[in-house]
Amino acid sequence: MTGFLLKLLFAFLVGGFLCAVAQLLIDRTKLTPARILVSYVVAGVFLTAVGLYEPLVRFAGNGAATPLTGFGYSLAKGVERAVDERGLIGAVTGGLTGTAGGITAAMFFGLLAALIFRGKPK
Amino acid sequence: MEGNNRKSGIIRLKRCPSIIGHAAAVGKKEHEGPLGAQFDYHDATDRFGQKTWELSEGEMQHIALNLALAKAKVPADSLGALFAGDLINQCTSSSYGLLDINAPFFGLYGACSTSAEGLILASLWMNSTESGSAAVVTSSHNCSAERQFRFPVEYGGIRTPTSQWTVTGAAAFILGDGQGAYITELMPGKSIDRGITDPNNMGAAMAPAAVDTLTRYFRESGMKPSDFDAIFTGDLGFEGHSIVNEMMCADGINLSDNYLDCGLLIYDREGQDMHAGGSGCGCSASVLSAYILPKLEKGEYHDILFVATGALMSPMLVLQGQSIPGIAHLVRITKERNL
Amino acid sequence: MKNTTEYAVYAGKRAKKSDLLPDCLRAFLTGGLICAGAQGMSELFLSLRIAEETVRILVPMILIFLTALLTGLGIFDNLAGFCGAGTLVPITGFANAVVSPALDSKNEGLVLGLGAKLFSVAGPVILYGTSASVVWGVLYWALGQLR
Repeated sequence: MTGFLLKLLFAFLVGGFLCAVAQLLIDRTKLTPARILVSYVVAGVFLTAVGLYEPLVRFAGNGAATPLTGFGYSLAKGVERAVDERGLIGAVTGGLTGTAGGITAAMFFGLLAALIFRGKPK
Repeated sequence: MEGNNRKSGIIRLKRCPSIIGHAAAVGKKEHEGPLGAQFDYHDATDRFGQKTWELSEGEMQHIALNLALAKAKVPADSLGALFAGDLINQCTSSSYGLLDINAPFFGLYGACSTSAEGLILASLWMNSTESGSAAVVTSSHNCSAERQFRFPVEYGGIRTPTSQWTVTGAAAFILGDGQGAYITELMPGKSIDRGITDPNNMGAAMAPAAVDTLTRYFRESGMKPSDFDAIFTGDLGFEGHSIVNEMMCADGINLSDNYLDCGLLIYDREGQDMHAGGSGCGCSASVLSAYILPKLEKGEYHDILFVATGALMSPMLVLQGQSIPGIAHLVRITKERNL
Repeated sequence: MKNTTEYAVYAGKRAKKSDLLPDCLRAFLTGGLICAGAQGMSELFLSLRIAEETVRILVPMILIFLTALLTGLGIFDNLAGFCGAGTLVPITGFANAVVSPALDSKNEGLVLGLGAKLFSVAGPVILYGTSASVVWGVLYWALGQLR
């Protein structure tokens, strides 16, 4: 039980920290939310490439995987796996293979929601 | 038009048209605001019975104009001209919304200054034609404006403290020669760009234009701010309103407590979480109809300045790194024809 | 009168900035909660003996589904107004960026409206993320060759 709660706590702390940093950047720099999303994904790819993100995922689980940096992590991991298996061509196929679930779910549920619901004023 | 020579920016009207009918139609948040009860019509769904936000905005104009025509007892087909504008590309809320109004139509774009731009052009029209009446209609709709200028309506964006809330509202004014407040002087604004590039700080982008117009007006007329019961800017919000106060003060003109801003009047800024206040073509127009004109008609005001401000902003040019020009048109409205 | 740049500097300086501490605290707490919730789901599925590979896809899928639902119901934008980066940075922000323009543009048709606009906000994320991964893939391959 303590193991379970600790995992939750680590996920909470790391995930919350990544969000708080983004909020700081939005409030105090010219980075707009859209640019934050792009930078976080690219940063995730970079941090995985230099070997820093993998340990964080092992430590915090979804605390590191759920933020968009984790999306970058999946892209980079996917590419590594594909290159290991298939050589250079894996550099082109691996990224989207590693993130296929998330992207497809977003597209499909997006389509469904758009078809079912009607827009509401703010 | 006497005094309308090249040197002078103030246009003193010979035939002072009166606002013989006016009405405002608004959405839910505006109805919940401090002026809520004073608007003629509201729709709590913001849809006005239409399928898309763009058509909702057009319908809102249609409702406001018909209410105003009914109050003025003027049939639509006797209107000499219709001056209408909104924020949507190609001015479609006006052109589509007012399609069945059988009157000569001019579509205007002056961003949020369109209400005063329309009143100026309609007054000039009355002075240069034999027309018995002319109408001015302007509108903005929060959802159609969000879509065009910012993000999808359902997008969870983050708003900054200086950002303003586009008013869902339309107002119509019928100009004629009967009972009502009189338009006596006009001062068209100049577009002024002082280098603001933050699209979330429209108040700062528009403030220099308001300062320019007001300063020119006071210099030329020799009048002081205290000569008026009230001075209204259109939608500068908290930020722009205080910048105007500061800049005018630095120019040696002290605006006092009688300087108000429509964007600060329409919402309860704290209670409704409206950040810097309201904006949009519907903001100054609906406040003019629901708040300012009734006070003139009741005699609480005798002489006011109405300065509608607009940010001539295009999301495309902002992305291209261009700054945002502002404009401010002035209309002097009085209770009596001759002061 | 001040010149253009001077005015912009003056206006930028006097503009009220967001309150950093409460903003960041809200982002930290709400973002942290979403991640902890994801971890909780993850642990639950693993205890049900669902394969780890599947869980890794299932959890973000559920978050995306919930976001699509809340966006469709018109609740997500209000939530995001409170949470700020707390809902933006987790996969929920990405999902909202996909769903909201699709929903918003369906009146312009299923192909050029809903279909084309679906990617208008989230497209850059996929584009630059994938491109970065290609660059890393090539480097990773080259490093492997050197070894």
